[in-house]
Amino acid sequence: MTSMTYREAIRQTLRSEMNRDNDVLLLGEEIGVFEGSYKITQGLLAEFGPKRVRDTPIAEEGFTGAAVGAAMLGLRPVVEIMTINFSLLALDQIVNHAAKIYGMFGGQTSVPLVIRTPGGGGQQLGATHSQNIELYYAFVPGMKVVAPSTPADAKALLTAAIRDNDPVLFLENLALYNTRGEVPDGEIEIEIGRAAVTRPGRDLTLIGYSRTAAVAARIAEELSTSAGLDIEVIDLRSLRPLDRPTLVESVRRTGCAVVVEDDWLTYGIGAEIAATISDGAFDHLDAPVRRVAMAEVPLPYAKSLETAALPSDADLVEAIHQTLDAVAHRRLPQGPRP
Amino acid sequence: MATRTRPSGASKSVAGPRRQATAQAGHPTADPDPAEMLALYRQMVLVRRFEERAARAYTQAQVGGYCHLNLGEEATVVGLMAALEPTDYLFTNYREHGYALGKGISPGRVMAELYGRQDGVSHGWGGSMHMFDARARLLGGYGIVGGQLPPATGAALAIDYRDGTEIVMCLMGDGTTNIGAFHESLNLAALWDLPIVYVIVNNQLGMGTTVEMASAEPELHRRAASYRMAAERVDGNDPLAVRDAARRAVSCARDRRPFLLEAVSGRLKGHSVVDPAKYRSADDTLAVRSADPVTAFAARLRELGHLDEETEASIDTAALQEVSEAVAFAEQSPHPEVSTLFDHTYATAVPNDSRRLPGAPLFPPLPTAAPSNVTGGRR
Ligand SMILES: Cc1ncc(C[n+]2csc(CCOP(=O)(O)OP(=O)(O)O)c2C)c(N)n1
Ligand SMILES: [Mg+2]
Repeated sequence: MTSMTYREAIRQTLRSEMNRDNDVLLLGEEIGVFEGSYKITQGLLAEFGPKRVRDTPIAEEGFTGAAVGAAMLGLRPVVEIMTINFSLLALDQIVNHAAKIYGMFGGQTSVPLVIRTPGGGGQQLGATHSQNIELYYAFVPGMKVVAPSTPADAKALLTAAIRDNDPVLFLENLALYNTRGEVPDGEIEIEIGRAAVTRPGRDLTLIGYSRTAAVAARIAEELSTSAGLDIEVIDLRSLRPLDRPTLVESVRRTGCAVVVEDDWLTYGIGAEIAATISDGAFDHLDAPVRRVAMAEVPLPYAKSLETAALPSDADLVEAIHQTLDAVAHRRLPQGPRP
Repeated sequence: MATRTRPSGASKSVAGPRRQATAQAGHPTADPDPAEMLALYRQMVLVRRFEERAARAYTQAQVGGYCHLNLGEEATVVGLMAALEPTDYLFTNYREHGYALGKGISPGRVMAELYGRQDGVSHGWGGSMHMFDARARLLGGYGIVGGQLPPATGAALAIDYRDGTEIVMCLMGDGTTNIGAFHESLNLAALWDLPIVYVIVNNQLGMGTTVEMASAEPELHRRAASYRMAAERVDGNDPLAVRDAARRAVSCARDRRPFLLEAVSGRLKGHSVVDPAKYRSADDTLAVRSADPVTAFAARLRELGHLDEETEASIDTAALQEVSEAVAFAEQSPHPEVSTLFDHTYATAVPNDSRRLPGAPLFPPLPTAAPSNVTGGRR
């Protein structure tokens, strides 16, 4: 084990995969000379040279699509899109091309492509630079979408993503880059398509991914100490495929669930989770599935407004208490309230 | 240089074994050789007859979706394809039946794709707009206007990355030159010295929008100047001129100088089979018909003494025969099995990949309650 930041874990994984396989190359804006907008690729140009660490013009559609074509010929490009907001410029190449080419051509060529990109919010970057739109990609069959919440998961999932033969969107998060954790030495891989129960518990199932999975883990610990609650935490890790059995199995035991997500509530990731739980654990539910999600506004710049619009610890704690209250009421001997 | 210690699970890539770079010299322009001219003519007639038959199959509801034909573009089709080596890669738009034939794919497999059958080039997953054949290195017809340009550019990047000697040819329509992907791709190719030839198949119309209506610089090849890229415009109704220009372009690309070639022809019919093209003037329609490249090339061959009436008729009969065999092949090919529906979602299998059909529940249905006389229980 080595202690390192989420940023370092990504960088080291890129480096070791590039050392392992000459077909792995990096493309993106400002990743070489500038060493990355968020310094993920620091030192890699010096180590691997401009052929494998390729600075691109500001042309998301062009270079993401070029990576699709390079992948069709068997390279394993890892594209950095500076933030997920700019991925919208490459939407056609991701959704209409990367995700379609394997199926639409009858399985004749795969597209082993990784798109690394951070989501975020809470950095006063205003409406166009603070979105969490991973849902757009998680909606699309043919795509795989993973969202690590810890340095160790970042390493294991990025390794899996690079070795996978399908297009994988690897969701990072601005708020996680400096977080630190223990990372196993040597090769580790996590299977794409599986969620993790990061904390077992009996009282309530708390579900998050990326930054919110880290928040969920911390809040569960805090509530264990402060209120003696035994909360089970699930980190989705993979948004597509979605590990439905793990979610449902947990809620069948706890009888209730809260989802915390940094995207908007309406049609969001939490909506899919709530629907899944209603499909698979209907008879076990003692309260509605509660979602804590961003207010439905383009995120404002002013700190007071931005803070109000984003899910806070207090919002989450409140939602947990309200859900547990509803459960307790329902489980009273006289049965459900009228 | 880094060494590979443990290879990734092989991806299903279309690239062949790597070869040593041996840059080829430019092709000399060949004298029109009668046999070669006749071969081009045969191919043009085959494309013509194939497309006419495809249109008929469409009106008979054997072919679904959209169906765009190369009628009027036959000279461009065969001229371009004559300039490629079998190992060169081709990306096209959705108007690609002729190019698939020109790349050496059997008419039966192209027709079977139109019919949506298992033996189609894309195994029935693509249809008219999405023909793909890894072995022929046709890396796809693409239905999104301009969508093929960035991947084609990236394929050229992969060739360059591996010091290959192949090139990529990337076709597009005149209307495609106005989409952002055009600019982004040509800029990348020029910046990175990629082995690629972009070809504008200028049939002078988008769907009904003319080049002048859509392009502020209607001499489309001149856009290459923005990228300091070599370019040329050629008469797309002349198969030899197209072939020779394409050879120059291809040889340039093999030397890592990307090229923009524009071939100007016309569209004989509507944008797609269902389009009656009412927006076209009588004059325009007459002009396109009188420039019909198949008729024109036949006349030229007769003038040169390479074609007599008998040969012309036998070429036509052979093409018709080949096309009806293609239809027979398509008709006997099975419809894809429904059990294969989930075979092509992912190349690397992962847990929790959904294989649910539309009406199926996500989880096994709950046991139904015992029927009651009073309430509940579905009757
Ligand atoms: C991005 C996009 N916009 C619109 C369309 C609808 N569309 C299909 S073909 C076409 C005209 C394209 O004209 P051109 O590039 O000249 O090609 P041609 O059909 O003449 O071969 C349009 C607008 C599309 N398929 N993709
Ligand atoms: Mg056109």
